Amino acid sequence: MKPRHRKLAAIGGGVVALGIVVALVLTAFQKNLVFFFSPTQVAAKEAPLGRTFRIGGIVEPGSVKRDGVDVRFVVTDTAQGLPVVFSGALPDLFREGKMVVAQGQLREDGVFHAREVLAKHDENYMPPEAKEAVEKAHQAAKKGKP
Amino acid sequence: MNWFWYASPQTFDPLAGRMAPWFALAAALLAAAGLYVGFFVAPTDAQQGEVYRIIFIHVPAAWLSMFIYLVMAFWAALGLAFNTRLSGMMASALAPTGALFTFIALWTGSLWGRPTWGTYWVWDARLTSELVLLFLYLGFIALQAAIDDPRRADRAGALLAIVGAVNIPIIHYSVVWWNTLHQGASVSVTRGASMQSQMLIAMLLMALGFWMYSIAVTLVRVRCIMREREA
Repeated sequence: MKPRHRKLAAIGGGVVALGIVVALVLTAFQKNLVFFFSPTQVAAKEAPLGRTFRIGGIVEPGSVKRDGVDVRFVVTDTAQGLPVVFSGALPDLFREGKMVVAQGQLREDGVFHAREVLAKHDENYMPPEAKEAVEKAHQAAKKGKP
Repeated sequence: MNWFWYASPQTFDPLAGRMAPWFALAAALLAAAGLYVGFFVAPTDAQQGEVYRIIFIHVPAAWLSMFIYLVMAFWAALGLAFNTRLSGMMASALAPTGALFTFIALWTGSLWGRPTWGTYWVWDARLTSELVLLFLYLGFIALQAAIDDPRRADRAGALLAIVGAVNIPIIHYSVVWWNTLHQGASVSVTRGASMQSQMLIAMLLMALGFWMYSIAVTLVRVRCIMREREA
């Protein structure tokens, strides 16, 4: 081996070793890197109760109720639902059936009291006409099924 | 063909000088076409309205911020292994452009986040790792500036650049590995694109334009660095 090849191999080996170290560290900190918990994780008591944390999921269609300044809705991951109460301005993209991330605390009454609600946008971009077509197709498919 | 022929600054200098204007021209044409398609041809987004049009700047800038870092780390590794003088100069020439694109990606993302998410900034894995990338670029520039001897500056910078390259897959896969507020990729090699084709064309034109701009600016900057060091 020429010295320059030995050097190249040393650099390559160093990068691989460093990659493994970082992968191990990130796996060890996996729990702390989670931005939000799902309602299923909350139901399984994986979320830190009594402390501020974030939950994320889909706003259950038909669950949004406004009384005064308070907004009540259910965040679901289709397996579990979690009732949320929030008073304040909701983001523009807050819609039923869309993803949200809420920060707050889970009280004893089983309701998540949110201090901040953020809308999580999905990766799909389409013009309004295409969206209407997709929705029509969905409804047609629903009607077709007994 | 002897690849090492152009590894010497003396032979690379006139070549870079001849190529730079052509890349600059290509960048201007592609960016003009991309902006035209992005702002006048591509339709409105059904969810976000007109706000989404920031992706024509944001996504190409974010792609380039990561790609330039990889190219920089590649030159740095080459310089470290083969002791070629040009490699270190190329790495130094790439860093400011990479830092610029990282800043643009963070800035435009923040402006988009306010109306769509409801916040300018959150500490999720994607946003945080991209911010780390900006600090890596700034750290690389500062480290090189702090060492007077250019050869030692190149070696120190190269080490930082190579170590920092670990961050690039973390940025890319952050939205897959962890729950993040940032959405997943709209364009993927394996799954295709989950966006309308005119939007995609505008984004790809802008990405190519940014790429050509990066090459043009790097070539001009590397010639400046050659003159600085040889003077």
